[in-house]
Amino acid sequence: MGRLLVFGYGNPSRGDDALGPLLVEALRKENLPQDAIEFQCDYQLQVEHALDLVDKAAVLFVDAHARCEGPFRLEPVAPRRDASYTTHAMTPQAVLEAFRTVLRGEPPPCFLLSIRGERFGLGEPVSEVARASLQKALEAAAAWCWRWLGRSVRGQAP
Amino acid sequence: MYEHLETAENPEGLRRVVIDPVTRVEGHGKVTLLLDEEHRVRQARLHIVEFRGFERFIQGRPYWELPVLVQRLCGICPVSHHLAAGKAIDQIAGVDRLTPTAEKLRRLMHFGQVLQSHALHFFHLATPDLLFGFDSEADRRNIFGVLEAYPDVGLEGIRMRKYGQEVIRAVSGKRIHGSACIPGGMNKALTVAERDELAQGIDPVIGWCRNALALVRKLYLANRAYHERFAYIRSNFLSLIGEGGALELYHGGLRAKDEHGRILFDRVDDRSYTDLMREEVRSWSYMKFPYLVSLGKEKGWYRVGPLARINNCDFIPTPLAEEARREFLATLGGGEPVHGSLAFHWARMIEALHCAEAIRELLQDADLLGAELVLRGERRLEGIGVIEAPRGTLIHHYRVNEEDLVVRANLIVSTTHNNQAMNESIRQVAAEYLDGRDLTEGLLNRIEVAVRAYDPCLSCATHALGKMPLVLELRDCRGALVDVIARHGDGSIEAGRRSVAGG
Repeated sequence: MGRLLVFGYGNPSRGDDALGPLLVEALRKENLPQDAIEFQCDYQLQVEHALDLVDKAAVLFVDAHARCEGPFRLEPVAPRRDASYTTHAMTPQAVLEAFRTVLRGEPPPCFLLSIRGERFGLGEPVSEVARASLQKALEAAAAWCWRWLGRSVRGQAP
Repeated sequence: MYEHLETAENPEGLRRVVIDPVTRVEGHGKVTLLLDEEHRVRQARLHIVEFRGFERFIQGRPYWELPVLVQRLCGICPVSHHLAAGKAIDQIAGVDRLTPTAEKLRRLMHFGQVLQSHALHFFHLATPDLLFGFDSEADRRNIFGVLEAYPDVGLEGIRMRKYGQEVIRAVSGKRIHGSACIPGGMNKALTVAERDELAQGIDPVIGWCRNALALVRKLYLANRAYHERFAYIRSNFLSLIGEGGALELYHGGLRAKDEHGRILFDRVDDRSYTDLMREEVRSWSYMKFPYLVSLGKEKGWYRVGPLARINNCDFIPTPLAEEARREFLATLGGGEPVHGSLAFHWARMIEALHCAEAIRELLQDADLLGAELVLRGERRLEGIGVIEAPRGTLIHHYRVNEEDLVVRANLIVSTTHNNQAMNESIRQVAAEYLDGRDLTEGLLNRIEVAVRAYDPCLSCATHALGKMPLVLELRDCRGALVDVIARHGDGSIEAGRRSVAGG
């Protein structure tokens, strides 16, 4: 069984765009079996990140979302050829599509954790709304990890 | 050459077509065309929402924070900003020359950055046009189309990029937030294990670079007359230059050549850049228009980036890339600089090969594993760092006060240097291919192909879902809205751009 991958992306100097990397940072400090989880951060997703998914048991992408209803949303993502290739950044769905096209196989189960943010200006601090969302999203991310590690959420932390 | 298309005389009676966004470039740019009733192009402009507020973001911060701070300005080329700021703060720390180990670590990081950036641009953003043709189906003209039709080509491009990223990570310790550059040197030594791991992977990378170079050469020459004429403009060229006229990406003097290849100035200390160039403001653009002082506003604009560097240098100090440079100039140059805008792609792959070769050389250099990483000097109040970023010359200029805080910052990025050239290129395309014709998606794509050749980075690096709604508007000659096409933040498009035809 491969490791899990938690992949947060966003620009830490763009206000709430920092939510992806911030969640990864916080999740590292949780009482999780760290050797079973790979943590990664980047400014944005790109085609080469398809190679990071190889041999992973499951993947959790984490990003800020300006139009998220509620503090966070956790949903499965499937390969999809969307228009995000038109910039230097890609969506998780497009990265999965790249995986399928290049590696001629199905990617591991992948999920997107969208965290609600509202301010994305250069040099802005993380907003109060985003901080509150982050806390709730962190619980969801930890639960996701436990679920995929084959353990129940409660009572079995090492 | 096409200045007459910068500003139409009577714009109020003209039909306005907007290409917004320009796709497969980073950030948000748009092109506006003004057409008369006979579909004659009367005005063509590239508008870019430039990096705004960067200087204010930087002012008031301690100077030693700058390399970490500025890499967050752009998610596309954080290493370029990191290194340019690093060079500037070396000077503030009173250090003009780093230890051999520190300088070689920075060079290694920079070669990794240029390699991965060039790979992304060529395989992801440029090859769809070159492989399938400018008029091919729009939904095929993308990276997925390339991966399906040419899986080996696509995979090699991805692996080249991945390798470049690994080089950056090994030197800086992290993919993002790296703090490699510190005043007077580097923060972290490279371990033997890191060096060996990189060395193990470099030979295939050189092979992939050679394949990419052969591919771009083949594609370019397959329709040579067309590719040479496409977006053809004549310009001056500016870049750093190394010892003896060598291609130089990290540190050197400034060299400029005119359109005939005659040297305008050479090996000028990059810290005197303000004596050489000025930036003009025009009312219709957010972005400034730099020009060489000696030639004035009208004739002093220039190009930077891979094509400028290959045209400007006398040789490339790695054998395979040098062989490729000679062949490139012998094939396309005819004793003069190469001017065709699509030749940027070919030049870019020559540089990618050079980076891979240079990485291999550095990984065999004992200095790379040294422990002497930092020097100290006498504190100064000003620092100017200039490097050749993937897209061209990048200038960081800072002044600090006695309390170590930044009081003035000036950044000139490569996309700004190329502003006039990109505008000239789209005007050439508009005049050559669009003038008097009904507009189709394929014709409008030619405008974008011209812009993409420069690989402009318009990024603000904010990419959160839902933050990039992009809209194309078609208006009639009275300014009334005829049609709107939207691309949403999740990438979905409500309508195809083909509907702009006719009008």
